[in-house]
Amino acid sequence: MDIELRGITKRFGPVVANAGVDLHVRAGEVLGLLGENGAGKSTLMNVLCGLYAPDEGEIVIDGRPVTFDGPSDAIAAGIGMVHQHFMLVPVFTVAENVILGIEPTGQLDFLDRAAARRQVREIGDQYGLRVDPDALIEELPVGVQQRVEIIKVLFRSADVLILDEPTAVLTPQEVEEFFGIVRALRDAGKAIIFITHKLDEILEISDRITVLRGGRVAGQGDPETLTTRQLAEMMVGRPVSFDVEKAAYAPGDVLLEVRELTVLRNNDEIAVDDVSLAVRSGEIVGIAGVQGNGQTALIEAITGLRHPAGGSIIYDGRDITHSSVRARHAMGIAHIPEDRQRTGIIGDFTIAENMVLNSYYDDRYASGPSIRWPEVMQHAARYAADFDVRTPSVHAKAFQLSGGNQQKLVVARELTRDTKLLIAAQPTRGLDVGSVEYIHKRIVEARDEGDGVLIMSSELDEIVALSDRIVVMFKGRIVAEFDAFRGPVDRNAVGLAMAGSVSEAAA
Amino acid sequence: MVAAQDISHSQRIGTPADRRARITGVVLIGLALFVAGVFSIGVTGDATFRLSRPNDVWAIPNLVLPAAPFNYIIAAVLAFLGARQFLRGGGRWTTLSLGIGLALAVAAFLVWATAGKAFSLTGMLQATMVRAVPLVLGAITGMMCERVGVVNIAIEGMLLAGAFTGALMGSLLGGVGGLIAAIGIGGLFGFILAALVVTYRMDQIIAGVVINLFVLGLTSYVSSQVFAEHRFLNNAPVFRAYKVPILGDIPVIGPMFFNQNLFVYGALVMVGVATYYLFYTRMGLRARSVGEHPRAADTLGINVYRTRYINVTVAGMIAGFGGAWFTLGSVGRFDENMTGGRGFIALAAMLFGRYHPVGALMAALVFGFADSMQQKLALLQTPIPSEFLSMAPYIATIIVVAGVVGRTRTPAAGGKPYIKE
Repeated sequence: MDIELRGITKRFGPVVANAGVDLHVRAGEVLGLLGENGAGKSTLMNVLCGLYAPDEGEIVIDGRPVTFDGPSDAIAAGIGMVHQHFMLVPVFTVAENVILGIEPTGQLDFLDRAAARRQVREIGDQYGLRVDPDALIEELPVGVQQRVEIIKVLFRSADVLILDEPTAVLTPQEVEEFFGIVRALRDAGKAIIFITHKLDEILEISDRITVLRGGRVAGQGDPETLTTRQLAEMMVGRPVSFDVEKAAYAPGDVLLEVRELTVLRNNDEIAVDDVSLAVRSGEIVGIAGVQGNGQTALIEAITGLRHPAGGSIIYDGRDITHSSVRARHAMGIAHIPEDRQRTGIIGDFTIAENMVLNSYYDDRYASGPSIRWPEVMQHAARYAADFDVRTPSVHAKAFQLSGGNQQKLVVARELTRDTKLLIAAQPTRGLDVGSVEYIHKRIVEARDEGDGVLIMSSELDEIVALSDRIVVMFKGRIVAEFDAFRGPVDRNAVGLAMAGSVSEAAA
Repeated sequence: MVAAQDISHSQRIGTPADRRARITGVVLIGLALFVAGVFSIGVTGDATFRLSRPNDVWAIPNLVLPAAPFNYIIAAVLAFLGARQFLRGGGRWTTLSLGIGLALAVAAFLVWATAGKAFSLTGMLQATMVRAVPLVLGAITGMMCERVGVVNIAIEGMLLAGAFTGALMGSLLGGVGGLIAAIGIGGLFGFILAALVVTYRMDQIIAGVVINLFVLGLTSYVSSQVFAEHRFLNNAPVFRAYKVPILGDIPVIGPMFFNQNLFVYGALVMVGVATYYLFYTRMGLRARSVGEHPRAADTLGINVYRTRYINVTVAGMIAGFGGAWFTLGSVGRFDENMTGGRGFIALAAMLFGRYHPVGALMAALVFGFADSMQQKLALLQTPIPSEFLSMAPYIATIIVVAGVVGRTRTPAAGGKPYIKE
């Protein structure tokens, strides 16, 4: 099946999300769609899968123009989307999720689970996507959940598969496996649109590449001849530096020491299992690992958001295991939290208010019970400018900012104090290349000024680019440690450790 | 290897589960001391429980228990369970022990209250089933709503509206007419709730409270101003019990399940129908997907808004039926606030029953037991003032919700309005 988008324009009020975009994908090929956040990829795909109606332009399938009134029209036309955030019901089984919406039924609306199971197995056998149809989604690893999403789309007889940032949640090994699936689907004659902002992945998997920038097609190309540098330039619109420049590794005294720390999740499961870790001033320690292996709980315990069940945390010679969050702040610990929407900012507060969330009580910003608004505004305006937070005014609400600018706001708030230790969890998740570059620069600056830095990220590239030392967490434990300051680390070994298999070299 | 390490860890760490086990141990030993000290010492005579009437088809003999020795044994069992929790508690055992312990304590209480007297256990069980009716129907109402992601605090108001309408229309049109009107008014309030929270995205708790207050105010006003003068408007016929042939003659079980009125049979059928609907049909699967992950349902072409409207409206009809029990199934007359918080106990029954109709029936029977116990014990002339006894259903609710329910898993999208992109 051939699909062509011709001159698609989509506006939201004054904002033009897509401006005359042309896109063409044929059966049996993988089209890589590259673009920063806000470049219009999602809008374009939502037009294609029937969620938005385009203001101008048309969708042409096999030479015939079509219009979609809703997602079900697009599904009927053979277009299936695998969303970045999985659209699976966690408490349902695999089979239930696959059939939802087009269930096989018997008398009295009876749900034919046996038929569902059989059909899931058939699709699995056909495309090499083996999954137990009776497994509960919430008990499956994300890589398998993704397979379920693909089965779901195939179950609806899709000929065009849109994969939205499919590798964001996978380990390097799972990515390889996933590429195998994508190739198998392509060879089976499916047309595939692969959306990503990861440059090396798009070069590896695509047959053709289209780059979007600012709602327009910024370039097209052949992965055989393009380089990551050229792609990045097309995507951002200017040359991008991938190398993070750091001063020579000169660590100071041990600043943070975590001793035999054990932390439980809310459901009493062990999240962090007897972890010991040290961070010196002037070094960046990176915690690598696939999401859900205890990194979040470890960071929460160090920053005081979660009580550890055992062990201790020593900071600057003092036991802070049971210190309050504010006490930790006062001692110079800065925290860039993992989920900026939920714990980093308060969306309904203004930028100025967000900027003083951790210091509003300070004498500079408050006299007695009242806030000194003029000072708060001045402070916010100055640091918003310093940290390149692009906003019309400090009175704008934080939720109106783009993800990158929200994150810069958080970084500004945390680093404008006199800090000694910076803890950054997923500091660049979901950010565009420009913002990533900027935030990395700031983190390295903090280290070069003598701060200790602990970063946690599920992006191996980020960990490798920034860290002086790397520890890998798997199932709550530190399973491997790498000294990155000695020279380039073996990325494959780190990847294997993230997947739980520790090679001899790593140990 | 890994399993062994996990065990050593859970022993080293003071987990909340351990703490819970210790608290349970304290509670059980406290109960043991109470049973031994209050329900056993100085109690004389036998407790006689009548299981059937002498002229029943298959009469079985009375259950006669020597009060003091029986309660000492119960105290010993309670002490054993409590000690066990201290030594190696945790896991499923904690909740189970607490449940067994509470049941034993209630048994000891009954034996103490009955010592030297006779008491119809079958009569109490029959009343238990009757009193469970509005609770199980209310719980199914709440469940149908929460399974699609709408928190329904308005069960109380829907029951009350059903009771009122059943009495009024029953007086005018007869029992069947009253019943249909009650179901209709329940559906209307379900629809109103759906409109408020789905279309107008009102806070679901506030919407529920508003409906409760509105119904309470309106029915109280009409009953005190209008019914007081025009008594014929509040004089509805009552659905009589119908004894199922043969099954109704089984001792204990028969009177409890097969010699009851339309409402009891209706509630039992609803448990089956709701179970089938929620877990074995296409519509049920879609409904549950809407309550768990509405956006996923939406991307698959399931209309989230329509699903919520339909389920909440039908749920309201079930509550209307349950409400009619108060008047058409019981006294034939409406009194101010006659539901007396049963809608909220139903909410507790829904939680306790883990959002499953069969679980809700079990939970409703527990609360119905507390309710009928207070009613029957008032006849036994125990030293406990009847005002205290009438607190029994509410106390049972608190104990169950705080102690036994633990962490029930609620539908993920509960309470949140769904906004289409």
